[in-house]
Amino acid sequence: MTTPGGLLLPLCVLVPFVGAMAALAIGGRGAQRVAMATLAAGLAIALWNGVVFIGSGQAVVYVLGGWQPPLGIALRADGLSTSMLVAVAVVITGIGVYARADFSTPAGSSEARGPLVYWLLLLAVWGSLNLVLVSGDLFTLYVALELLTFAGVPLVCLDGKGETLRAALRYLVYALAGSVLYLLGAVLLYGLCGTLDIPLVAQRVHASPAAWMAIAMMTAGLLAKTALFPLHLWLPPAHAGAPPAASAVLSALVVKGSFFIVIRLWFDVAPTLPGLAAAQILAGLGAAAILFGSLVALRQQRLKLLIAYSTLAQIGYLFLMFPLAFDAASGAFVRGSALTAGMLQTIAHATAKAAMFMAAGLLYKAYGHDRIADLAGALRAAPLSVLAFVVGGVALMGVLPSGAYLAKKLLLDAAGASGQWWWEVVLQGGGFLTASYVVLVLAQVTRRGDAAAAPVRVPRTQEVAALALALCSFALALAAVYGPVSGDLLGNPLAPKELISTLMTVAVGCGVALLFARDVPPLIPAGNPLRAAMLAVGGAFERTDAALRQWAVAGLSLLVLAFLFGAAMRTHA
Amino acid sequence: MTGPTLFALVAAALVGTGLYGFIVSPSPLRKILAFNVIGSGVFLMFGVIARRGAIAGIGGDPVPQALLITGIVVAFSATALAITVLLRLAEEAPTTTLEPAPPRGAPDATRTTS
Amino acid sequence: MIELFYAAPALLILALGVYATFARDAFAACAGYLAYGLLLTVAWVQLGGVDVALTEAAIGGGLTGVLLVRACAKLPAKDSGLRADGAGAPIRWLAALAAIGVSTALAYAVLALPVPAATLAPEALANLAATGVGNPITAVLLAYRAMDTMLEAIVLLLALIGIWSLAPDRAWGGRPGPGYEADPHGILAFIARVLPPIGLVVGIYIFWVGADQPGGKFQGATIVAAMWLLTMMAGLTDAPPVSRRLLRLLLVSGPLVFVAIGAYGAFAAGAFLGYPEGLAKPLIIVIEIALMPSLALTLALMLAGAPQRSAAT
Repeated sequence: MTTPGGLLLPLCVLVPFVGAMAALAIGGRGAQRVAMATLAAGLAIALWNGVVFIGSGQAVVYVLGGWQPPLGIALRADGLSTSMLVAVAVVITGIGVYARADFSTPAGSSEARGPLVYWLLLLAVWGSLNLVLVSGDLFTLYVALELLTFAGVPLVCLDGKGETLRAALRYLVYALAGSVLYLLGAVLLYGLCGTLDIPLVAQRVHASPAAWMAIAMMTAGLLAKTALFPLHLWLPPAHAGAPPAASAVLSALVVKGSFFIVIRLWFDVAPTLPGLAAAQILAGLGAAAILFGSLVALRQQRLKLLIAYSTLAQIGYLFLMFPLAFDAASGAFVRGSALTAGMLQTIAHATAKAAMFMAAGLLYKAYGHDRIADLAGALRAAPLSVLAFVVGGVALMGVLPSGAYLAKKLLLDAAGASGQWWWEVVLQGGGFLTASYVVLVLAQVTRRGDAAAAPVRVPRTQEVAALALALCSFALALAAVYGPVSGDLLGNPLAPKELISTLMTVAVGCGVALLFARDVPPLIPAGNPLRAAMLAVGGAFERTDAALRQWAVAGLSLLVLAFLFGAAMRTHA
Repeated sequence: MTGPTLFALVAAALVGTGLYGFIVSPSPLRKILAFNVIGSGVFLMFGVIARRGAIAGIGGDPVPQALLITGIVVAFSATALAITVLLRLAEEAPTTTLEPAPPRGAPDATRTTS
Repeated sequence: MIELFYAAPALLILALGVYATFARDAFAACAGYLAYGLLLTVAWVQLGGVDVALTEAAIGGGLTGVLLVRACAKLPAKDSGLRADGAGAPIRWLAALAAIGVSTALAYAVLALPVPAATLAPEALANLAATGVGNPITAVLLAYRAMDTMLEAIVLLLALIGIWSLAPDRAWGGRPGPGYEADPHGILAFIARVLPPIGLVVGIYIFWVGADQPGGKFQGATIVAAMWLLTMMAGLTDAPPVSRRLLRLLLVSGPLVFVAIGAYGAFAAGAFLGYPEGLAKPLIIVIEIALMPSLALTLALMLAGAPQRSAAT
C-alpha cells in the first residue's frame, strides 16, 4: 500500500523534531544555526513531496513499520495535505527569516532563554502541523493536536509577563478541554468501528447515536481549539500578547491545524453523517465571527489587538465553505470547488496574516508602541513595513488577483448554484468589513507625522520577509490556476467590472470605518447622530463579545454547540 | 448488569461531573483538576471498550490498552505544563483568575485626530 | 446482582470523583484526586488491563497527584481576584443541565455499542510471533503503533521544554526548583536513603519484564524518577542545571535512538520503524534501553519545575 516516494511523509514529520532535539542538545548560538538548516531541509522535503504528488497523480501513502491498518498506522498525503505542507513550509521559512533579528542570542552570553525557546518551539510547531496534515489515524491526530498545543502555548508567554502568562494559561486549559472532547469522540468511534484508521472508519461507520455523539463532540472540541465564535475567548489576548514573530506563527498556522482536522472529519471520516443543517450551523457561526470580529477590530486602539480580532473574523470566513460543499443528491460532503476555495482561503490567510503581524512588530520596533492613532508618518518612516501590512490586508479583502479573491469567487459561484443566496450576502459583507479595518490603519499611517516622533530604523531583512509573505497571497492565485482552478476565473484586474468592484469594496470599507471606529480623522463632525448611533451599536457588540468571553459562558457554549450539532445530525439521518 | 457496564456508567458520570466542574470553578487549579477528572472518565470508557474486545487468549483488546497508556502520559504532561504556568502566573500577577479584563475606555469616547 | 467486587470500587471512584470536583477546600480536592487515582488502579485490574493499572498508579494517580498537591501548597490561600461564589446561579443550572445531558447521552451511546464488539485482539495475537515479544501491549506500543510511542516521547520532551521556558530570564540555565533541605536525622532523609535502592531495582525489573508480562518502560521510568525526586526533596541530591550539556544529551538520546532505529528499519526492512526478520526483539530491547533513562530524567525534571536558581549557584 505504500506508494513510491512515500518515505518523504515520515521525513516531513520527523525532520523538524530531530532538528529541535539537536538544537536543544547543542544549545546557544548553534541552536539557531541548526534551526536555519532544518528550515531549509524541511522546505526542500515539502516541495519534493509536492513534485511526487503531482507526478503520480494520486495520494502519497506510507505504511509505518510495514504493519497494515487496522492494526498499524499509515500516513497519507492527498492534494489537500500536499498543498498545505508546502504552504506551511513557506510561511515557517518566512517567519524564521524574520525572527533572526528578534531572537538572536545577544553578544556576551552563551545562551539566552528567549531565543533558544523560540527556535525550539518554531520547529516543534512545524513538526506537529506536518503530523496533523499527513496522519491517517485518529489517535495519531490526537497526539498531533496535543503537540501543537504544547508548542503554541509557551510561545504566548515568551516574554514572561503576568498578562501573557494569564493568556497562555487560559489558552492551554480551554484547549485541553477541546482535546479531551476530541478524544472522547475517537474512543466512541473505536467502539463502533474497531479501528481508528480514517479510510476504514469511513467504511464502517454508519448513522447511530454513538456516531452522532462522536462527531458532535469532536467537532465542538476542534472548534474550541480553532477559536471559532463563540468559543474564541482565548485568542485575542494570546495572539496580541505574544512577540510578533510568535503571533505570526500562532495566527497563521497553529489555529489552522485543528481546522484541518475538522475538514478531515467532515469530508473523509464521516461525510454522510453531519448533513446540511449542521453545516448551516457551522457557517452561521462563521458569519457571526466575521461580524463580531470585524466590528470589535474597528474599535481597537492597539494594532496587534486589531489584527488579532481580524484573525477571528477570517477564521469565520473559513467555515463558510461547509454548506456550499454539501451535495444534496448523495447527502454527503464532497470535494469540489467549495473545498478548493476553503483551502485557498486558508493558505491566503496564513501568508497575509503572518505578514500583517510581522509588519505590526516592525512598527512597534520603530515607534516603541502600537497605538494606531499615534502611528502618523509611518508610511515615510517604514514604507516597506506599511506596504507589507497593506498588501496583506488587500489580499484578504478579496481583491484581484489574490488567492482570497479566487476563493470568494468560487464560493459565490457555489452559493449561487445551490440557491443559498444568504451566504452570497455574507461573503460580500465579509469583504467590506475586512476592507474597513485595513482602510482605518492605512488612513492613520498616511497622515503627516511630527518630527518629534523620531522612529527607529528597522532591519531591512525583516521588512523584506514580511513583504515577501504578503506577496505570496497574490502569487497564490497564479499558482492555483496552474492547478485545480480554471484560468478563466482570473480576470483582468484592470477590467472595468473588476475595478468597480474593487473601488466599491474600498468605498464601503471607508464608510464602515468612519462610522464604527473610535479615533478617526475629522471627516464627520463630532456629535453627528448617525456616527453616535453606530458607535453605540459597536459598543454593544463589544460588550456582547466581552460577555461571551467569560469563562463559564464559553465553557457552556462548548457543550451547547455539541448538542446543536448532535441534534442537527439526528435530523439528517 | 455486569461489572464493565457499571464502569461504563461511572465513566459517563465522571465525564459529566468533570465538565460541570470545568465550567463553573473559578480557580484555575480546580479547572485543571476537573480536566483530569474528565480525562480519566474518557480513559475509563476506553477501558470498558477494551474489555468488550476480550477474546479467548487475552483479557482485553490490547490496542485500546496501549493507546490508554499513551493517553495517560499525555494527560500528565498537559497537567504538568498547566500547573507550571499557573504557578508562574501566581508569582507574576496579583490574581490567578482566567476571566478577561472588561473592555477599557468609556463606551463612546471618541477622539477626532487632526 | 452486581458483585460487591465490582460495585465497591466503581461507586467509590464515582464518589471520589464527585468529591474532588466539589470539595470546598482545594487541598482536600487534590488529596481526594490522589485517592481517586489509586482506586482507578483497582478498576483497571478488574477490567483486565494490568499494564494500564501500573501506568495509572504511577503516572495518573501518583505523579499527577503529587503535582496537584504541591501546586495547592504553593498557591496563595486567598486570591481576591477569584470571585468567591464563582459563576452566577443561571449559569450553574445550565451547566448542570448540559453536564447531565452529556453524561446521559454518553451512557446511552456506550450501552448501544454493537455486540459482538469490534476488536483488534485477534490480529494483535496473530502477529505477536513476528514481533518476538510476549506481551501484546508491548507489541502494540513498540511494533504495530511504534510511531505513537515515538511521538509520545517527543510530547514529554516538548512539555519539558515548555516548562523550562517559564523560567525567569535571570534564572535561565540554572537549577530547577528551590533547593530543598531536610533535617538529616529526620524521617524524610531516612526514607530517602533506604527506599531509592529498592525502588531502583523494582523499577528496572518492571521495565525489563515488560517485554513478556505486564510492565514496560513508562512504568519503570516513573518509579526511577520518583526515587530521584525523593532524594531531591530530602536534600540529598540536587537537580542539575538545565544548561548542562550532558543532561541535554541524555534527554534527547532516547527519542533520537528511536528515530535512528526507525531509519535503519527503512533501509533494512523496507519500512520506517519496521524490523528486519529475526531482529525485532533485539531492536525493541535497544529502543527500550535507550528510552528508559531519557524518560526517567524527563519525568523527574517535569516535576522539578522551571529553573529558579541562577546558574551561578
